[in-house]
Amino acid sequence: MKPANFDYARCERVESALDLLAEHGDDARIIAGGQSLMAMLNMRLVRPSIVVDIASLDELAYVKEAAGYVEFGATVTQAAAEAWPALRKRVPLVAAALPHIGHFQTRNRGTICGSLCHADPSSELPLCLATLGGDVVLRSRRKKRVVGALDFQIGLLSTAKQPDEMMVAARYPAARSGWGYAFREISRRHGDFAIVALAAVVGDGKIRLGVGGVDDKPAVHEWDDMDDDSLADALNDFAWDLGGGDDIHATARYRREMVRRLGKKVIGEARQCRS
Amino acid sequence: MLYKNMQSTDSEAGVAQRPRQNYVGQRVLRVENPPLLRGHGLFIDDMPVKAGTLHAAILRSPHAHAEILSIDVTDAISLPGVRAVVTGQDVAAMTDPLIVGFATPMRYHGIAVDRVRYVGEPVAIVCASDRYLAEDALDHIRVEYRPLPAVVDPIAAAASDAPILHPAVGSNVVSYREFRHGETDKAFAEAKRRSEIVITYPRNSITPIEGYAVVAEHLLDSGGYDVISNFQGPFSLHPVMARALRIPGNRLRHRSPPNSGGSFGSKLALFPYIVILCIASRLAGRPVKWIEDRLEHLAAASAAPNRVTRIEAAYDDDGIVSALRLKHWDDHGAYLRAPMPAPIYRMHGLSTNAYGIKHVDVFNHILVTNKCPTGAVRGFGGPQLYFAVERMMHTIAGELKLDPLELIRRNLIPAGSFPYRAPAGALIDSGDYQRLIDETVSGGGLDELRQRRDTARRQGKLYGIGFAVVVEPSQSNMGYISTLKTGIERERSGQKDGAVAAATVSMDPLGTVSVVADSVPQGQGHQTALAQIVADQLGVKIEDVVVNLEIDTQKDGWSIAAGNYSCRFAPAVASATHLAAVRLREKLARIAASSLNVPPDNVEFADRKVFARDNAENWLSLHRVAGQAHWSPASLPDGMAPALRESVTWSAPELTPTSARDEINTSLAYGFGFDFCGIEIARETGEIRIDKYVTSHDCGTILNPGLADGQIHGSFAAAIGASLYEEFSYGEDGSFLSGTFADYLVATAAEMPKLDILHPVQSPSPFTRLGAKGIAEGNQYSTPVCLANAVADALGRGDITVPLKPAKILEWISGDEAKSRSVAAKASPKGSSINGEGLAYVAGDPQTVWSALLNENGLRAAIPGCERLERVGENAFKATVTLGVGPVKGSFKADIGLSDLDEPRSAVLKGVLSGLLGTASGTGLLTLVPQNGGCRIDYRYEIHLSGQAAMVGGRMVNAAARRLINEFFLRFAASLGEVNRAGTSLPSWRARIKSLFGAQQ
Repeated sequence: MKPANFDYARCERVESALDLLAEHGDDARIIAGGQSLMAMLNMRLVRPSIVVDIASLDELAYVKEAAGYVEFGATVTQAAAEAWPALRKRVPLVAAALPHIGHFQTRNRGTICGSLCHADPSSELPLCLATLGGDVVLRSRRKKRVVGALDFQIGLLSTAKQPDEMMVAARYPAARSGWGYAFREISRRHGDFAIVALAAVVGDGKIRLGVGGVDDKPAVHEWDDMDDDSLADALNDFAWDLGGGDDIHATARYRREMVRRLGKKVIGEARQCRS
Repeated sequence: MLYKNMQSTDSEAGVAQRPRQNYVGQRVLRVENPPLLRGHGLFIDDMPVKAGTLHAAILRSPHAHAEILSIDVTDAISLPGVRAVVTGQDVAAMTDPLIVGFATPMRYHGIAVDRVRYVGEPVAIVCASDRYLAEDALDHIRVEYRPLPAVVDPIAAAASDAPILHPAVGSNVVSYREFRHGETDKAFAEAKRRSEIVITYPRNSITPIEGYAVVAEHLLDSGGYDVISNFQGPFSLHPVMARALRIPGNRLRHRSPPNSGGSFGSKLALFPYIVILCIASRLAGRPVKWIEDRLEHLAAASAAPNRVTRIEAAYDDDGIVSALRLKHWDDHGAYLRAPMPAPIYRMHGLSTNAYGIKHVDVFNHILVTNKCPTGAVRGFGGPQLYFAVERMMHTIAGELKLDPLELIRRNLIPAGSFPYRAPAGALIDSGDYQRLIDETVSGGGLDELRQRRDTARRQGKLYGIGFAVVVEPSQSNMGYISTLKTGIERERSGQKDGAVAAATVSMDPLGTVSVVADSVPQGQGHQTALAQIVADQLGVKIEDVVVNLEIDTQKDGWSIAAGNYSCRFAPAVASATHLAAVRLREKLARIAASSLNVPPDNVEFADRKVFARDNAENWLSLHRVAGQAHWSPASLPDGMAPALRESVTWSAPELTPTSARDEINTSLAYGFGFDFCGIEIARETGEIRIDKYVTSHDCGTILNPGLADGQIHGSFAAAIGASLYEEFSYGEDGSFLSGTFADYLVATAAEMPKLDILHPVQSPSPFTRLGAKGIAEGNQYSTPVCLANAVADALGRGDITVPLKPAKILEWISGDEAKSRSVAAKASPKGSSINGEGLAYVAGDPQTVWSALLNENGLRAAIPGCERLERVGENAFKATVTLGVGPVKGSFKADIGLSDLDEPRSAVLKGVLSGLLGTASGTGLLTLVPQNGGCRIDYRYEIHLSGQAAMVGGRMVNAAARRLINEFFLRFAASLGEVNRAGTSLPSWRARIKSLFGAQQ
């Protein structure tokens, strides 16, 4: 379990990271917290020719409130986000989801943007971004662009980020008054990859439910608010649409059951906590 | 915690008076801890090695079952830093097969020779100047395999049409024996009632923090080998290794490091690696170091045998069980490695557990399957046996509408009947099961727990209470494995019995003490316990005793039973050490007697002094007496040997050989455990919450309550893992699915419920010198079945299997699933192998599509990441493709063939991919249907994945494979002129089908 040979560059400025990406393209991998990449390197599942370390880019270690959203710079760790005092008030969904991400030791190193770039289908942070309809900010030497969550994550471990691009920030829409947000997940042990993760947003006469861990990427469905019977039918349709597969931890049926059962619960919780 | 102090008996003649017990029985802190907590432990990977030592990496089989057609190492050996590449052919030429406990034509060399039989089996060893370069070189070894059908289920493996793993054996049932103890058939015929259940016990292990570690050096001058490894014993494997290496026993020097990072049994199965690394060192001409990594450990180290047991019981209306019949199918994976199939035989004498059942028949099928070979795992055969027996007792209670605990009580071995000879041969030394249960019921709060259950059930909750009783064997009889031979075979091969323990206690001229013993600890605290025993005997402080347990087979005392397994320490090593200390004490007493002018019987030891019992003013310092023994042999009593060193080898006479009627006293001492627990199951999710867990043990004399409870906590934690989380999972094709800790789920501190430990009764063993019995394995036996019984109680169902995964439980408690309102949902992917179906629409009529499919250009355009494709025969192609998801990409060689051609209607497309990420083989049936001027392709496929990606890819690898299949058809359609989104994402694919059929179910 030793990685294949690679070059290592620690960047002091964003521009130098972008230069390296422009030069090496798909052969380069960015490392921030390394909580997914290190394991993949050691198992030789990925064999980049160069690893570009951005962890010391202090210019990206910021949490910023802007009009309608909260922006997390690329080197903000999950632990730092958890410790940001306004988190619960401004992005309560993220505040609810963060404790489910691995363990505090992994959150001390793992970053918000790193999780989004890794695009694991079970991950909490991409699910929250997709459910809230947030954006990511990508930069390359060519340009800077803002991409919506649903367009960003395109499949298993796959994103719309071009090889010369780096995610410099993620923008999570801020909580709206009168709306409710709730998060739940089920896993074998606390901190394991979610069997099913669910994020619910209720407001403005709508229900939005995001589901992670079932399809190749977070799946988000929005309905007009409805009564319990209709909601049960709607969740059943959603569950069957997602399908899900069997693995050694759970069956496809169990995943559908959790979409139905926990979906109902998490939507109920979101309704209750409308502020 | 509840302790009752019981005095142990000292039967050694000549000891005038029991020494004061300042330490034994006390909660003495572990002397091992300070260096470990300060990071000063010395593990193999910390130890310096000789200059020029090479590092080994091992190429492992991606296949569950395949012939090795060729191995080409030329590229690997030419890489910089690579010194040698060793294959199974090399090893087979220089070693004899590793022998097992009975005659069998099965050949096992520790490395695949001409066939691989499990995923992870060693195929080649690279020795290079560092581990990175060695792993790089693995990528350059080219192995050509011919896959064979695999079998993973033990019952299927026993069938006559099963793929045979070892053609020379001719059957996957490599050993079968029937045992009849008592008149079981008669008891069944006469019984008023009979029950039968089938138990499946899964495959698991207990994973140590530190994996296997070996440094092996071939000694050119002597032709021998010098090995340092964290092998744990039993040292009966030392002659097995020496014979395989074709050297005299004394030329295989094995040393253990100061520290080993846990074992739980697993480091027994390290011995084949010692052999193959010795050969690697010989061929490389340098010492070779190998540190196993976690991927290797999970895939290929060792596992407890999984087992299927059909258990029948004969009983009367009162629930008194007269007979049991046990049919076991014990699955040992690809090879039997010594001392396998020991777990099933280690428990043989205890087939009737703690019950006074008079008749028992046992039928043992020992099987091989395409899984990792088995080895020792804490509990060693007990979890499998007791799961069957204790589930049966619970079942009988259900049949009779009796409380399970009442049924247990009615059948227990009566108090006062010890030593008790069980029908299969165990001589259960001591105990009072009734009293232990009574005191545990009151001390542990069972009545209150029953009230909690009633309350919970009134509230509509799923709440259950479980019970389990277990006899806990310790110190294995080295003769028990011979029970698998017939009496005639045993006679021919020679009697086996006993179990030798070795210890040496020395006192230096300053009066401080050194202890050496053969226990090979893996973290249990043996140094502490031995220091306690010796310090009490010699009247010294515990800090005056240094215990060194690093065994060097060329210098230290050892015999075949040496090592760390089957709760050997407390009954055996402690006894040998105690005896050595007693002898040293007697010698010191005789030396001091003349100076003190009292008879030796009147000499007392305390506070680093010897003194006359009747006159404490009449004393000598211990170092003065010690000094005399070293400095003035002439002044010693007549006939006394000089200096102060007592070496003892000890074996208990109760460990008799297997009788002509196959009765065997499998162990020396037998403790007793009783657990009860309350659990609640969440209706919504199927998750189990352990509300209360009480465990109670009688392990005879407790040497150190802190160590004892540490063992109970540790065993309980491991058993929680076995009960709820841990399983080595294999696909039906033998692919290994739990290759990382993301998929092999170990119970951690966060998963531990509160554990109430009781020791209400201490029944000292009359057969061990301190009355102590083992305590390290009890909860491996009791906890899985106690929890399973609680789940059975909560749900009112019998077919409970572990691990108790929420998905499984939810299916037990839920009715039929809510149906889909659309027909399309039927197409959802299902099943454990990757299979599925889909459809694609392409431009052109079927004939056009057909031609494209059979054409290089058409295939090249369709295959994702295709770099090269050439025709190599009629409808056969070779290709190079780069495939993957996201950043996980690899280059693969692909063999593609089309067959069963029915132009232009249907064809079968077969592909085999192999690359560094693993191998995949798939079969797809394509049907072309003309539709709306175009063509619809219906496809069904099945894929088998093996190797690295399948082992570590867990959640994602199936989805990735499906995605690539769909991409193939998408690209195929695009190449024919119509871009079609079919298959790219399930919802859109469903939408398309829905619009096609337009139907509601």
